[in-house]
Amino acid sequence: MNTPTMKRSPLLLLTTASVCLFMIGPIIVSVMAGLVNNYSRGLSSGLTLRWVWQVWDVYGSTVGASLGLAVACVVCTLVIGVPCAYGLARSRSRAARIFEELLLLPVAIPGLATALALILIYGNFTSLRQSFGFILIGHVIFTLPFMVRTVSAAFQRQDLLAIEEAVRTLGANFTQRFLGVLVPAVLPAIVAGMLMVFTLSIGEFNLTWMLHTPLTRTLPVGLADSYASMRIEVGSAYTLIFLVVIMPALWALQALATLIQKHYGN
Amino acid sequence: MTQVASTTHIRMMCMLPAAIFFAACWLLPVAALVALPVAKGWETYFLVLTSSRYLQSLLNTLWLSLATTLVTVILGAAVGIYLARHRFRGRQVLLSLLTAPLAFPGVIIGFFVILIGGRQGGFASLTHSMGLGRITFGYGMLGLFLAYLYFSLPRAIASYTAAAESMDPQLEEAAHVLGATRWQITRDAWWPQLLPTTVACGAIVFATAMGAFGTAFTLSSQFEVLPITIYNEFTNYANFAVAASLSIALGLVTWGVLFLARLLSADANPAQ
Repeated sequence: MNTPTMKRSPLLLLTTASVCLFMIGPIIVSVMAGLVNNYSRGLSSGLTLRWVWQVWDVYGSTVGASLGLAVACVVCTLVIGVPCAYGLARSRSRAARIFEELLLLPVAIPGLATALALILIYGNFTSLRQSFGFILIGHVIFTLPFMVRTVSAAFQRQDLLAIEEAVRTLGANFTQRFLGVLVPAVLPAIVAGMLMVFTLSIGEFNLTWMLHTPLTRTLPVGLADSYASMRIEVGSAYTLIFLVVIMPALWALQALATLIQKHYGN
Repeated sequence: MTQVASTTHIRMMCMLPAAIFFAACWLLPVAALVALPVAKGWETYFLVLTSSRYLQSLLNTLWLSLATTLVTVILGAAVGIYLARHRFRGRQVLLSLLTAPLAFPGVIIGFFVILIGGRQGGFASLTHSMGLGRITFGYGMLGLFLAYLYFSLPRAIASYTAAAESMDPQLEEAAHVLGATRWQITRDAWWPQLLPTTVACGAIVFATAMGAFGTAFTLSSQFEVLPITIYNEFTNYANFAVAASLSIALGLVTWGVLFLARLLSADANPAQ
């Protein structure tokens, strides 16, 4: 009687095992395909790193571009998003609620539409159009709501209101209160938001494909290009580079976020 | 009096940078996009319904997204329930492997399908060696469906695992003692407790599938979905008004579904 029926359900086990195979199998096949001489002959054609080097020669710059763009995007959403989250958390006005709803729209509607709109208005400003700044604008618009929502929810904690009031009566001005008390108090939420923004920016394609130029290519844009124009082993090697560069970075950030949450969380 | 005024002032100042950025880089461009079809006449707005080609593309996208959502929710719930109640070595690693594809751009997932179901794919080699010829499934509806399933499942698995971990085990125990069958437990004990997750997660999966562009772009599928139609109108035919009109239609559908889901979960959870 101690063991509920469902503890040993063969159907659930079978489903889970099939889903795991479905999710992880392609990753393994892709990693393998990037390391063999010939994909259709498989492992028997021998292992090689030449596709990886070839990709590094042609597309190496996209790795740095994507990482730099993601970091810039995190910084931008921090600078404009965290104060905005505070303002929204403390405002009860109808206008603030409407603004909060509007901020969510770039996530609710497909990135393609946002990209078309940006090109329509700013596409003729050549120096902007041809810089990474144009892609950055798209990424910030798309990721800002994730930062604002996460941090704003943390600012709404009741005990924070009391602490803020206490510090104010002690004579601290707003900047001191904000940077000295409020921001440290919501740090776990800020870190969670940063992680989310970084992940979304690194993998963003829907907007980026429309906004990029031949001189401003990100990792996902380069991937799409290699899939369309290079042999299958090169595409696989490029995918391998994506996995090797991005996944450890993400896991390290995730571990850091967990650490901070443990350290600061109550 | 002055203090109240100054706190309101500070709140406004806090929101100002984000508000200016948002107005300049989203509201203004989108307003221009929404106004664009007017130049070609009001009927341009309804093109997605009046032109059979665009309507077909919309219906394709709707069916594909619905099927993806349905299968994702069922499989995601099953995996989530399983992972929530079993503690085994490597469980955490498995969970992070299963959710890692959340960070993959759609193009990678399209490429996975090509690797396995494409012309040079593993499946084609397999059928070839069996003497059946090189069978491909990557470029049609099946390939798209599998790819959409692939990028939807990680989100569902993460949500359902978290939700199933907080399910009340006593309810199920009681049902079991009363002699309920597995199907009855699923229907009466699991389903109601997982309903909020199903609504929220289902809406996000559906909206993401509707707007997904990278995957279909990589597969250059014979099964045309709306984001590809929009892209072709814009890039290949320079039909900006039509692209704008189709984007508005697509945006209305995805926003509407997400909005509906939030209304539903607010109803179920009045505390929020």
